[in-house]
Amino acid sequence: MDFNDTPEEAEFRKEARAFLEKHLKLKDGAGGRHRSSDDFLKRAKAWQKTKAEGGFAQITWPKEWGGRGGTAMQQVIWNQEEAKFDAPVGPFAIGLGMCVPTVIAFGSDEHKKRYVEKALRGEEIWCQLFSEPAAGSDVAGVKTRAIKDGDEWVINGQKVWTTGAHFSDYGILLTRTDPKAPKHKGLTMFIVDMHQKGVEAKPIHQASGGREFNEVYFTDVRIPDSDRLGEVGAGWKVALVTLMNERLAVGGSPGPDWKEIMDYARGTGSLTDQAFREKLADWYVAAQGYNLTKFRTQTALSRGETPGPENSIGKIITANQLQDICNSAIEMQDHFGIMTDSETMPSNALFQQSFMWAPGLRIAGGTDEILKNIIAERVLGLPQDVRVDKDVPFESLKQG
Amino acid sequence: MNFDFSEDQKFLAGEARKFLSAQCTTAHVREVLNDKAKSHHEGVWKQVVEMGWLGTAIPEEYGGLGLGMLEMCVIAEEMGRALAPVPFASTAYFFAEALKIAGSEAQKSDILPKVVSGEVVGCYASSEGPGNPDPAKLSTSFDGSKVSGTKIPVTDGDIATHAIVLAKEGAGASLVLVDLNGPGVTRTPVETLEPTRSHAEIKFDGAPGQRIGEAGAGGDLHDALLNRAAVLLAFEQLGGADRCLEMATDFAKERYAFGRPIGGNQAIKHKLAEMYVKNQVARSNCYYGAWALSTDAAELPEAAAASRLAASEAYWFASKENIQTHGGMGFTWEVDCHLFYRRAKLLAVQAGSPKVWKEKLVSALERKNAA
Repeated sequence: MDFNDTPEEAEFRKEARAFLEKHLKLKDGAGGRHRSSDDFLKRAKAWQKTKAEGGFAQITWPKEWGGRGGTAMQQVIWNQEEAKFDAPVGPFAIGLGMCVPTVIAFGSDEHKKRYVEKALRGEEIWCQLFSEPAAGSDVAGVKTRAIKDGDEWVINGQKVWTTGAHFSDYGILLTRTDPKAPKHKGLTMFIVDMHQKGVEAKPIHQASGGREFNEVYFTDVRIPDSDRLGEVGAGWKVALVTLMNERLAVGGSPGPDWKEIMDYARGTGSLTDQAFREKLADWYVAAQGYNLTKFRTQTALSRGETPGPENSIGKIITANQLQDICNSAIEMQDHFGIMTDSETMPSNALFQQSFMWAPGLRIAGGTDEILKNIIAERVLGLPQDVRVDKDVPFESLKQG
Repeated sequence: MNFDFSEDQKFLAGEARKFLSAQCTTAHVREVLNDKAKSHHEGVWKQVVEMGWLGTAIPEEYGGLGLGMLEMCVIAEEMGRALAPVPFASTAYFFAEALKIAGSEAQKSDILPKVVSGEVVGCYASSEGPGNPDPAKLSTSFDGSKVSGTKIPVTDGDIATHAIVLAKEGAGASLVLVDLNGPGVTRTPVETLEPTRSHAEIKFDGAPGQRIGEAGAGGDLHDALLNRAAVLLAFEQLGGADRCLEMATDFAKERYAFGRPIGGNQAIKHKLAEMYVKNQVARSNCYYGAWALSTDAAELPEAAAASRLAASEAYWFASKENIQTHGGMGFTWEVDCHLFYRRAKLLAVQAGSPKVWKEKLVSALERKNAA
């Protein structure tokens, strides 16, 4: 056992590091988290282009798609090193991590030629249009309707929680094409141009106060049949390929950890409180449990093996821990802890901000409950939940 | 990144599992459980000794196999999984480790080969009553040649041939090696909630003893020894917790109620998913403990504490919810669930309870942050 790179990994790390040093500054610790300003987007696009030209944009993709043809471990190393720099990353994660791989898997040669390289170079941004007001955890329950009209499909409906819809150029859109078929069987996937008439993105005013996500309305939007991904009625199969990548992407939790609350507690004298010390120990053990589990996954990648299912514990741990730590930090501040002014409050009110952000993190990318179902069914092999919607025409399902 | 056991170590684990699943089944464990006269399983113990497992981490110059602590960790996981009813932990993790870290050359040459051969069975005597023993406030004392006082409970105290005793000496504490078959030693078995591991009260009345390590170093040695034992015990706990998860999962798939397997209900699925999460948190922390232990890393105090805490929590949760998943059957003597519930509790308090280790962990983090 050791935590060292293999000689090849060390060589790649050196190369990555040199590239990053040439183009970026190291983080100074003050990096903001809610970034969607125009300026940030411009910087992000420029950085994505630089990465693509340097061969660091999608390390595991084959060279024919502009990737590096590298290993998963090299991608991990790149991510570790890039995270140390003030890199404007984020807007491309969903497109390159989820949408474009779906286009590669199900699109025509024309699609691949048209879209893949531009996405890789940061020239076009993609979003994923799956969730709807009545289709969250049960995402196969989408109602957005696609009706065939000659060589085109006419789309009407509403999507929700679409990250980056307001600055995206294209999206992959899950629609219902056959309401008479059972839920999973009447779906079809399309590529949609987000700039066309009838597509309207509206920011959602979140419980946290921010507006990072969107509702997207489709009103008589026309999509050529040639922009369909997969067969008519096979949309669920296509969606599963997209979703497979999602839970790997939503993992780390931005926000204060055991170390930050320990530093804060030291300053206020709370570190001598026995009850607090016991909680701190619990947080440390869980955080280490998650971080060290990532090392186990990386070990498998480094050996060229497929990682085990242990990484599925990640978001359950981090999201709940974030909520718990912020709650304790606020209570530690007593009545004062209710205030949110970042000038006045300890840690620039990070505990208060994350307290309001944490409930969303426990839902996004699979709720705690869905993630536990996935562990129970796919890892432990327990039976699926009872499904009263199975084999029933979608249009006759109870709704509410 | 190489945060996993090697192929050789995994092979060793596989061999250990093969042996234990045939020769140390819960039927063997029950032979000890159901017979008050039996302190341990002699047949299993004999074979464990013959295979040389006690010498796994003992250098070849003292008759051991000269492997390392990583090999010891994988064996510990299998012993825990099998609920092995033998004085392995007492002898290997506590007694032999104490000699390794603090014994003189003469003491090591004399005793360690006998540990490997099974001639010496060891135990560690620290507890004196309710609460975690404080090396600064011991009632058992050592005057440089003789030990007096009472230790209770001592795991394997009734079957061990030798003990290492944590005793007051002058203003401090020392570790003292005592031949339990010598004069001045009275041993009385005590009943515990984990009858498959034997326990005794040991009264020392001027029993001859020799110091292990420096006079007055007992407090520090006690901490160092517990850091080492904690990692190995954590692997036993991990093995037990994983076995509980398997038992509960298997049962939930096979047991039908309301016309389908109970494992199709989210109340059960989510409980077992939580068990899986806790076991993975424990496994990852245990691996870190194993790394720290095998490399004598400066991080050992926090790594040992985190592995012990994670594994204690995982085993507690897995063992109690395994009973719950089994329903009424799980509360019968004949179904094995209670064997794990008993063992989980013993292992969680044997080297200091979670409360004690949480304090150790936070103190270690404070020292680290101050440095």
